[in-house]
Amino acid sequence: MFDKHYKQIVILSGKGGTGKTTVATALSEIAEDKVVIDTDVDAANMHLVFDYYINAEYDYFGGKKAEIIPDKCSQCGICESVCRFDAIKDFKVNRTSCEGCGFCFRVCPDNAISFYESKSGVYSECELEDHSKFYYAQLLAGEGNSGKLVSEIKKKAYENVKENVKWIIIDGPPGIGCPVNASLSGVDFVVIVTEPTQSGLHDLKRLINLLNIFKIPSGVIINKFDINTDMSNSIEEFINPKGITLLAKIPFDQKFIRAIQNSKTIVEYDHTYVERFKTIWNDIQKIILN
Amino acid sequence: MIISIASGKGGTGKTTVACGLASVINNCVYIDCDVEEPNGHILLKPKISFEESSYKNIPKINNDLCNFCNKCTEVCEYNALLNFKTEIYLIDELCHSCGACTYFCPQKAITEVKKENGKIRVGETSNNILFYDAYLKIGEASAAPLIKKVKNAYEGDRPVVIDSPPGTSCSMLEAVKDSDFCILVTESTPFGFNDLKLAINVLRQINIPYGIVINKYDENFSLLDEYIHDNRLNLLLRIPFRMDIAESYSKGELPTETVKEYKVMMVELLEKIKKELVEKEYV
Amino acid sequence: MLIAVTSSGDSLDSLVNEKFGRCQYFIIVDPDTMKFEAVPNIAENMQGGAGPKAAEILINKSIKVLLTGHVGDKAEEALKRGNIKMVDGIKSDLKVREAITNYLSKK
Repeated sequence: MFDKHYKQIVILSGKGGTGKTTVATALSEIAEDKVVIDTDVDAANMHLVFDYYINAEYDYFGGKKAEIIPDKCSQCGICESVCRFDAIKDFKVNRTSCEGCGFCFRVCPDNAISFYESKSGVYSECELEDHSKFYYAQLLAGEGNSGKLVSEIKKKAYENVKENVKWIIIDGPPGIGCPVNASLSGVDFVVIVTEPTQSGLHDLKRLINLLNIFKIPSGVIINKFDINTDMSNSIEEFINPKGITLLAKIPFDQKFIRAIQNSKTIVEYDHTYVERFKTIWNDIQKIILN
Repeated sequence: MIISIASGKGGTGKTTVACGLASVINNCVYIDCDVEEPNGHILLKPKISFEESSYKNIPKINNDLCNFCNKCTEVCEYNALLNFKTEIYLIDELCHSCGACTYFCPQKAITEVKKENGKIRVGETSNNILFYDAYLKIGEASAAPLIKKVKNAYEGDRPVVIDSPPGTSCSMLEAVKDSDFCILVTESTPFGFNDLKLAINVLRQINIPYGIVINKYDENFSLLDEYIHDNRLNLLLRIPFRMDIAESYSKGELPTETVKEYKVMMVELLEKIKKELVEKEYV
Repeated sequence: MLIAVTSSGDSLDSLVNEKFGRCQYFIIVDPDTMKFEAVPNIAENMQGGAGPKAAEILINKSIKVLLTGHVGDKAEEALKRGNIKMVDGIKSDLKVREAITNYLSKK
């Protein structure tokens, strides 16, 4: 067995709406010998702009749920008194609030509670037009444990990586919570997409704090940078002393919105962006391979 | 009156609308439940008067009483407890604070202790909005307990605006679940549209009345309007994309204060919601 | 006295895997006989707590020494609690067998 023959890149943002998926899909289209994974399982969007075939779909069982069997229930109420998640009322378990801890199941004197693996999402193994593998998942409404689904979909991708694959490109989840942690495992480089706003800078700082804990090198793309060049400069000044590379500053362009509205990646919609993203991709490769 | 503002997709303008709305409601309370990346304070600029740590319960095992029967590791559904032969070891980030291990230990060797999972801040803005937000400790697995805490930090009768985290998972659910009405903010793109449908699913499951605001509205993207029309959904407001709103936001300025039309739209939005809430009471 | 080495494969000729919590196998070796057991790392794809879970595996196999590339903070604490001596900095171009002989010759 050999050490992994591929490098992994994840695209994160901290804040939503900065253009993370736009960048991730553009880089995915430019890159060759790749596998693409959408780990924003809360609201997967990559598949909306890719042309792809679904090869297989899998159910995801993220945790357990409890259910009270009315015939067996003596209505003693012990279950409701031990449940810390307010999931039991009037001798019924609210499936959405239930966190699958099993306390009620184990404490019920009548054995009236069924505790079972519950389907909380689905994930798909797909193929892009150039036959690269593409994976995405969707958590069912209101479910938790998205970190676990992220790990599961990555695992599926790793199981089937062909010998020629050099890059795994991951569109990461927003925020800094445990789905982000899960998306970071095994990653060689993080591309952070941010925007020149106070909120963007605030969230960028929190994200970088998290990445420091993981000790993963990163680069930043400032998207829509000309909306506020002062803020954009502030971001540059913030990342420079930290050894974080500024990968690109992309000006605001209606075409980005038009591309998405037409269900296309930006490089597909407007070929003038191909060179731009090729340059960014080459710079990323140079940093990682050195 | 508790109004929550949510969105499937991040970056649609949820916090801008939430803060804008709070600024036109008399005597308002604003609670920022996006505990991973709270941004409300940037626009509302509260003077923080009080800050306190938030804690979650985690088990502490008394090694003198523990006989390594492994009951606790068996009942823990989250793999947070490990048997290290000389001690039972806890991975606290994985602990959901369910209390099962403490309850079921036959030796009564487990007690619950507090562990910091974030901090809650309270303040007031220059136009008398009572402000709450919370920061989740970096690395902490579960946001929902902190969201619940910050929501419950206010116990009075003033009208409340809840700024929900983006997404449709349990964090968003926790933020919106006790509200009287939820505003879903979307945008004129397939991403916004796709994620709106997911958010609607959640609200339907918990029976919360809702209405839709299309931010950065673009009439070229008709799918969204058609969907709303065909399904007779409650469209509250269309906010057109405007560079001056974007620039204001980028500087951390509340658009209700810098763009007149934005304030007008927020007042309009409030009136519509009030009307709906009143109607529901009479039904 | 058993030694564990984090590995990408299931034999003494497999390459060392530098990441403690996320390696595919632990190769557990009795250095006196060079008899070994390849234990799959069930913590490999865990959402969180992989390091401590991996430590649990080793502790319950009575490992005394761990040879690996690098270990995270949580894993390091867990290994300490389990009284396992940690030797890090091992590179992934070494075979498991070589890592062990290097360690033994340095003692």
